[in-house]
Amino acid sequence: MIPQEIHDNIKTRFGDAVVEAKIDGVIDPWVKIAPDKIKEVALFLRDDEALAFDSLMCLSGIDYTGGKLGVVYHLHSIKWNHKITLKVDVTVENPHCVSVESVWKTANWHEREAFDMYGIIFDEHPDLRRILMPYDWEGHPLRKDYQVPEFYNGMKVPY
Amino acid sequence: MGLLDQKFENSNVIITSMDNLLNWARLSSMWGMQFGLACCAIEMMATGASHYDTDRFGIFFRGTPRQSDVMIVAGTVTLKMASRIKTLYDQMSEPRYVLSMGSCANCGGPYWEHGYHVLKGVDRVIPVDVYVPGCPPRPEALIEGLMKLQEKIRNESLAKRKSA
Repeated sequence: MIPQEIHDNIKTRFGDAVVEAKIDGVIDPWVKIAPDKIKEVALFLRDDEALAFDSLMCLSGIDYTGGKLGVVYHLHSIKWNHKITLKVDVTVENPHCVSVESVWKTANWHEREAFDMYGIIFDEHPDLRRILMPYDWEGHPLRKDYQVPEFYNGMKVPY
Repeated sequence: MGLLDQKFENSNVIITSMDNLLNWARLSSMWGMQFGLACCAIEMMATGASHYDTDRFGIFFRGTPRQSDVMIVAGTVTLKMASRIKTLYDQMSEPRYVLSMGSCANCGGPYWEHGYHVLKGVDRVIPVDVYVPGCPPRPEALIEGLMKLQEKIRNESLAKRKSA
């Protein structure tokens, strides 16, 4: 199925949940989904016979600067060998997004990483702890406005 | 057998100073603690394996700090790891030595500026005896570092103990 058909499938089924889309002229055609609808869309994409997105290849966090954060989902169907990219935009003030851990187990650690690095909170995630940084670390290091602390547990951090 | 029993087969007496004897014993069996943290560990493993064979210096790796004399910090020390390194160093029995292997353990290496998670030199948490530069150092460089440490141990004295 080509990206345009995949987009149309999502659009006819969910309508308002599709915020924006760019199908042409990009390497990864993407569809932007509302943060509270991502789980339903993901379930549909996985379970629909003609779509069958059985693999979440990657889930990444993004800081677009200006208080905008985002999550990007790269999906692949091993059955039909087609791909689509989903995007979700959240804000620094309200960094909540619904977890897709129950849809693809891959999302478990990827969402923990996005939480650790960008502070995006995935609601309904069963175990949303930091995965790379120590549990008592403060702040989210890959945010663009992140300031490296002077000290961590008595150890000087800057060179 | 080797030369020793041919030389001393008739119960000869050897006279030496206590310092010499102890230092000779210590520098001839520097058991290293396995401390591979990053790519330097690959070179450290190569140094321990048959081609470079640190066993010939009496250096081989132990899995626990209780049985180790030398901690070879091979690799990037993250802040998360630093407190564990301190704990393991404290668990080693004295006399204990630390060899910092590679640029990361020496000073933060390529992470010196933007590595928010990297300790800029393992000497910020534990005292270091020998620094081996390189990224990563070749096995020859590590052996040179170990021989420098042997030299250091050879010149120690019971009367003037190394601090820490």
